[in-house]
Amino acid sequence: MTDPRLPAAFLQPGTSSFSDFLAEQAPDLLPGRRTVPQGLAPGHAADLAPHGTTIVAATFTGGVVMAGDRRATMGNIIAQRDIEKVFPADEFSAVGIAGTAGIAVEMVRLFQTELEHYEKIEGTTLSMDGKANRLAALIRGNLAMAMQGLSVVPLFAGFDLTADQGRIFSYDLTGGRYEETAFHSVGSGSLFARGSLKKLYRPDLTETDCVTAVVQALYDAADDDSATGGPDLTRRIFPVVQVITADGGRRLADDDVAAIADQVIAGRMIRPDGPAAPLVEGGVA
Amino acid sequence: MSMPFYVSPEQLMKDRADFARKGIARGRSVVVVQYADGLLFASENPSQALHKVSEIYDRIAFAAVGRYNEFENLRIAGVRLADMRGYAYDRRDVTGRGLANAYAQTLGTIFSSGGEKPYEVELFVGEIGDAPADDQLYRLTYDGQVADEHGYAVMGGAADVIGTYLEEHYVEGAALADAVRLAVASLGHTESTDRAISADDLEVAVLDRTRAQPRKFMRLRAARLQEILGDQLAAPAETPPAEAPADAPPADQPPADEPPIAPPA
Repeated sequence: MTDPRLPAAFLQPGTSSFSDFLAEQAPDLLPGRRTVPQGLAPGHAADLAPHGTTIVAATFTGGVVMAGDRRATMGNIIAQRDIEKVFPADEFSAVGIAGTAGIAVEMVRLFQTELEHYEKIEGTTLSMDGKANRLAALIRGNLAMAMQGLSVVPLFAGFDLTADQGRIFSYDLTGGRYEETAFHSVGSGSLFARGSLKKLYRPDLTETDCVTAVVQALYDAADDDSATGGPDLTRRIFPVVQVITADGGRRLADDDVAAIADQVIAGRMIRPDGPAAPLVEGGVA
Repeated sequence: MSMPFYVSPEQLMKDRADFARKGIARGRSVVVVQYADGLLFASENPSQALHKVSEIYDRIAFAAVGRYNEFENLRIAGVRLADMRGYAYDRRDVTGRGLANAYAQTLGTIFSSGGEKPYEVELFVGEIGDAPADDQLYRLTYDGQVADEHGYAVMGGAADVIGTYLEEHYVEGAALADAVRLAVASLGHTESTDRAISADDLEVAVLDRTRAQPRKFMRLRAARLQEILGDQLAAPAETPPAEAPADAPPADQPPADEPPIAPPA
């Protein structure tokens, strides 16, 4: 910027959306505005960029938990073993990312700025549905890249102060937004994580039990999906866990997650497939 | 009669400055007080929705007096500038100095360009550092001048009276509660009497470096103010005796540091 004055567009009343403002003033900063060179086979780009894998979220009475494993893969290579894929979006929500890590991390930054920008301009926070819809709009902006294989599929969770409960939203490539009940998972290991949570989840879980359940689910995902990282005992790398309640969101301390992960691993030493669920409802485990 | 179109540049600038000053002097004052953990902004503002004090970025806040529509535009521009810079670079690269400079250039250009009416606003841009010595407070006037303030500052209608009061009572490194009491007492201070302002009519916010979140800006709501100001609100009669002796000295020592804001003629 050579002219130190505020540009005229900045002084014009108008949108309170940061991404809309960016689209007008500096479109090159938007994650979805780049083009993949012609001639690449669809999906080819995906092997060149690190991919994030499994994210799980589950609600409990009074809040919601989101957790992600720490692995990023590039084809058959482990690109990073301590990547963080769960981020606070604002005080009462978190977003976890699966898909092309570079674009996803950029999209999270944009989403965080978007929520904060709205809050500062309007003097009030967006509703939970409003936040979920803004994220959908950002994903939609990435559709062209997604069709080339550089897709981003986030999971969004937060505490809705109006409804007084934790809520979870999942998305598809086209920006479709779907509210999930109780729990959900995205990413390459999501099928296994979801199957695991089906058997472990109960609506009356306490916060700690809920964290244990999602750590179990990530263990099951890592057990059967090569792209999901399990607990790394030698390096002491454990999942990132974000807990959101009416008091706001916080990331669980690494030591707390390590303690829960150690419990889970101790149990798996006895029964590698994890806790057994009763065969019929009301039966004894 | 012979030269009806000629107005000397001095006269032109003076007229514009008088115009802006008059507009600013009509509004109520905003006070900034530096305390141990950061900066405190206070204003008498009965509206819960139209703010005079706002968050710009992690460690930067904005306060304004004058025409609402004009400073609201400047505030939004500041938020946009800060968010865009923080997104394109990093959160630490957004500085109060950069913002104050952008505001100064904008206000200065508008003031000296013949085509536009000068903005009838004055702004504070405050930024806290890791220690009190790193705190920055800039005061920007309608003509784009920037002043670096320390300890306390005031702008708006009764700036000189309030400034004198603050000069006498300001203590460096005060606790939050003491800073709130001082700021609110100064807002209620006039040459003749001291009045207590209801907690509902106050807009108070802090940049608090002890906050765990990266965003250090926080509003103090009426309930919290009631708690801090309890006795000051319940028994306003107690305040005047404390100030009566303090009111005497300024007769022999005139307020020196207060930037020139002409009171309404």
